[in-house]
Amino acid sequence: MSILRLGAGAGFQGDRIAPAVDLAERGKLDYLIFECLGERTIALAQQARSADPTKGYDPLLERRMRAVLPACVRNGTRIVTNMGAANPRAAAEKTRAVARELGLTGLRVAAVTGDDVVDQVGDLVLDETGKPASELGDRLVSANAYIGIDGLVAALNAGADVVICGRASDPSLFLAPLVHEFGWARDDWTRLGRGILVGHLLECAAQITGGYFADPGLKDVPDLANVGHPLAEVDSDGNAVITKLEGTGGRVSRATCIEQMLYEIHDPARYLQPDVVADFSKVNFKEIGPDRVAVTDGTGTKATGLLKVSVGYRDGWFGEGQISYAGANCVARGNLAISLVRERLAQTSGAIIEQRGELIGVNSVWPSTNDTANTAEVRMRYAARCHDAISAQTVGEEVEGLYLAGPAGGGGVTKSIREVLAIASTLMPAENVATTFEMKGASHEAA
Amino acid sequence: MKLHDIAHARTGDKGDISNISVIAYDPAHWPLIRDMVTTDRVAAHFETFDARDISRYEIPQLQALNFVIRGALAGGVTRSLALDAHGKCLASVLLEMQICSSK
Repeated sequence: MSILRLGAGAGFQGDRIAPAVDLAERGKLDYLIFECLGERTIALAQQARSADPTKGYDPLLERRMRAVLPACVRNGTRIVTNMGAANPRAAAEKTRAVARELGLTGLRVAAVTGDDVVDQVGDLVLDETGKPASELGDRLVSANAYIGIDGLVAALNAGADVVICGRASDPSLFLAPLVHEFGWARDDWTRLGRGILVGHLLECAAQITGGYFADPGLKDVPDLANVGHPLAEVDSDGNAVITKLEGTGGRVSRATCIEQMLYEIHDPARYLQPDVVADFSKVNFKEIGPDRVAVTDGTGTKATGLLKVSVGYRDGWFGEGQISYAGANCVARGNLAISLVRERLAQTSGAIIEQRGELIGVNSVWPSTNDTANTAEVRMRYAARCHDAISAQTVGEEVEGLYLAGPAGGGGVTKSIREVLAIASTLMPAENVATTFEMKGASHEAA
Repeated sequence: MKLHDIAHARTGDKGDISNISVIAYDPAHWPLIRDMVTTDRVAAHFETFDARDISRYEIPQLQALNFVIRGALAGGVTRSLALDAHGKCLASVLLEMQICSSK
């Protein structure tokens, strides 16, 4: 196989499904890859699994599989995804059920596990708190290592048509098929680094085809409403062309590629990954045709031997309320509303950990913005994190109370509360994390 | 002029760390961007945020800078009280920076 075609089916849990179907049907893809796990998603999924042992995987998994499986089977496109979240086995079972319903017999679905390390993190010191994870006590919800490609490649080597994992490093979902197909050595740091680069460019789907990019007049994107998801044509050395399907909206350009390459990157020469430290510092992009960009000169160095671990824990309750003011003097009335809520909360709620009041349209994003003379309307927002749910509820109630007991002309109150699921990070030796996969009931050690 | 006139940018987040890329539209503006968008000026621009420290990386062949701002996200997306908890808007805030071409 000289060129491998990888497509991005999703770049986050809530991503649009239609572009993935289009890629499955017209993309002539070897692999369709869905990246659906944010930093906190797996902790939420673990809570769902605790409530119901058959849940804890991506809530859109069934819809996505139903939408793309027929075309993927027809076209020989294999699927790799982290939609297993906190329960890859249940996700695989659900996928098999969907396949059966669709009459797709013989589909081999593998679940990769081993990222759940909640039983091993007690002594590990968390970066954010400076204390061992064990001190979280019963507030600890989940702990997942960002695994690399071992389990994924093993499942592909065993012939899986669909490989479903939980927490893996996002680019690993793309690196695994490349290593499986091209047989790259596990110490071929240059090619592994290039594979990570391809994965990093594709993992956020439309963010490289014109999404999260348009700035009218300066960065115009044609037909953004019908933006297509990206695909990469990767050669056996790991160099690639990033493109999208003809007839889809959006654009792939040097500029979209550079923005995405640096997205969520710290030192470009040291992008830490489970299987390699990827080096993007010398990368070049060249536009070689309409919506076709060649990416070259990625490289890499030896992996650190440490895996990042995300620890999810309950960290109080979040309460919020909002109310609008408009017309002359609206900023002053909004600021009066903030001070009223603050004073009333001080009297009624003693369980506030932190709080903030702000005027949306004036200073909610950038506190230093202060030219408010001609502001036509503002929305006052008050948010607090509290020790308990009752206190958090009080925040919205005090905003609602402004209707009758606040400044003139306040309208459109909304209020909400939710439990805060915080994420902290730590590192653990890769050798302590063993990944396995299960396919059709058989279990296999991967590494 | 504003940085917005000559550069585009994108924000990413990992925990309580925000990273903001700054990319020249025209390679001719790269030396100006490289010289004017310094760590000190970015720190001053974001002084109202509670950032702890800022790292700056140059990628000259792409005419791009990458800033890594630790502590910029009020605890990170999972617990921040900010409306834009990811800090997705911060790239646009940075592009408000004034650039003087006759320094």
